[in-house]
Amino acid sequence: MKVLMKGNEAIAEAAVRAGCRAFFGYPITPQNEVPEYFSRRMPEVNGVFIQAESEVSAINMVYGAAGSGVRAMTSSSSPGISLKQEGISYICAAELPCVIVNMVRGGPGLGGILPAQSDYFQAVKGGGHGDYKMLVYGPSTVQEAVNIMYKAFDKADQYRIPVMLLGDGVLGQIMEAIELPAMVDIQTIPKKEWATDGTGVGESRRVINTLKIKPEALEDLNNRLADKYKTLSKNETRYEEYRTDDAEIVFVAYGTVARISKSAIDTLREKGIKAGLFRPITLYPFPSVQILSLSKQDSVKKFLAIELSMGQMVEDVRLAVNGNKPVDFFGKVGGIVITPDDIVNYVIKER
Amino acid sequence: MAVVYKKSKMLTNVPLSYCPGCAHGIVHKLVAETLEEINAEGRVIGIAPVGCAVFAYDFFNCDMQQVAHGRAPACATAIKRCHPDKIVFAYQGDGDIASIGTAEIIHAAARGENFTVIFINNAIYGMTGGQMAPTTLVGQKTTTSPFGRGKLQGNPIKLTEMLATLDGPSYLARVAVSDPANVMKAKKAIKKAFEKQVNGKGFSMVEVLSTCPTNWHMTPVQSLDFVKNEMTKVYPLGVYKDC
Repeated sequence: MKVLMKGNEAIAEAAVRAGCRAFFGYPITPQNEVPEYFSRRMPEVNGVFIQAESEVSAINMVYGAAGSGVRAMTSSSSPGISLKQEGISYICAAELPCVIVNMVRGGPGLGGILPAQSDYFQAVKGGGHGDYKMLVYGPSTVQEAVNIMYKAFDKADQYRIPVMLLGDGVLGQIMEAIELPAMVDIQTIPKKEWATDGTGVGESRRVINTLKIKPEALEDLNNRLADKYKTLSKNETRYEEYRTDDAEIVFVAYGTVARISKSAIDTLREKGIKAGLFRPITLYPFPSVQILSLSKQDSVKKFLAIELSMGQMVEDVRLAVNGNKPVDFFGKVGGIVITPDDIVNYVIKER
Repeated sequence: MAVVYKKSKMLTNVPLSYCPGCAHGIVHKLVAETLEEINAEGRVIGIAPVGCAVFAYDFFNCDMQQVAHGRAPACATAIKRCHPDKIVFAYQGDGDIASIGTAEIIHAAARGENFTVIFINNAIYGMTGGQMAPTTLVGQKTTTSPFGRGKLQGNPIKLTEMLATLDGPSYLARVAVSDPANVMKAKKAIKKAFEKQVNGKGFSMVEVLSTCPTNWHMTPVQSLDFVKNEMTKVYPLGVYKDC
């Protein structure tokens, strides 16, 4: 049965159904419906909801809860995510599983409250201090966000890594008819032997720690994390192609913009312009191998990265294309969302 | 032969990393003995701070989490809420709790979170080499207040008094480990704080006036006198809240 839900609320419900039993947040637009939803939903499932005193506290609450073996998450929007970066670095160092939602708004600074994709670099390149990555998804619809959220805790547990769901104001605020997944029985979630649930003593004592005072120990951690990211790249890269079979111009776009691009592609095709879309679903790991392969397709004359930023993902597209074909960029900023007509007009003008 | 004294089983066999004359060892012992006395073995989660006591994760014989500078109360909040049947404690220094982590401690106390904080006040940043702390005394020389803490460097923060204005805490006390009698009083306060947690009374904290002979440039004996004669003037000992 389909239900009509706002993106932010649907994501929260999907998390509950995935076994999330601890949410820590702080108000910031445009993600407020996430903590609001959890505040009334968590008591129904014996879960924990805390409105923290700051984003800094919220992410460190996630650290504590995740470290003690509970499926935990936080959500925020750009300025708040900046504040969480210290905690995210610690979470990566301690190899704790959790989920972080960023409903991106325009920046820098306080910026605006309207949709943007200007946190791409922060999300996929690390964000805080030290060598680390997260598993980052850029869902395009509310249903896809729900499906990704439902699996995100499994992925987080499997790799002991934070998973980020990188949305934007549109995804958070839009209402769509969605199918919700079934409630996971939390008793069936594999027990985390490494977690500090308090039962450890003597030999069975567990320590969650990010201090590696001996250089060899830190080197080991860095190497182990690098291996983990290689495995992620091999096993978890996800993408979608739309009308790329005979495409001469390939758009590369994610999230809300990818959805808008599809409309533009249909219009351009009616005008005889063979456009197609490559949509990364995982932003880290980035589907570089697949883009490289597409760049070698004979029909493809050029790529066009389309983003709600001054051009961030386009750098990864250029690295992937590796000079095989030209890579152009079209973006809008300030919270102004690109329309299908904007894209159509840009493509025709640049021909 | 009768055993008259032994190390608490709530301490591991890892040798302490603290300097001679540092009181962390005494306080670790008091916390460990208390945990043993309340039969908490096998149901404790401790939080180690950033600072000299970060290595507490090696010393306490229980599950431990090391957390970012100042964030122990946030971390402890989440752990206790997720595991209300476990004993949770945060061990924090003065820079950790009264400077970078003021927001976290105030709000955990205001919410009345049911865990226990051991706050070591030695009026200095120890691990980083003796910089001025929020609790450094007026006139006290440190590596970042080389002429003595003056007006431009601000005044000592009296955290226990501040928290006593809140409705959340169930127990707040300040003790000193400057001599055997005061060590005994410190033990009583620490035990009381943990008992509050056991009985679900809410947030409890014991501030322990402690020593840092290395960075105070004093002998261990001189530093104990400094606690007794100077620190207690600014930070009066006593129970600030018990309800």
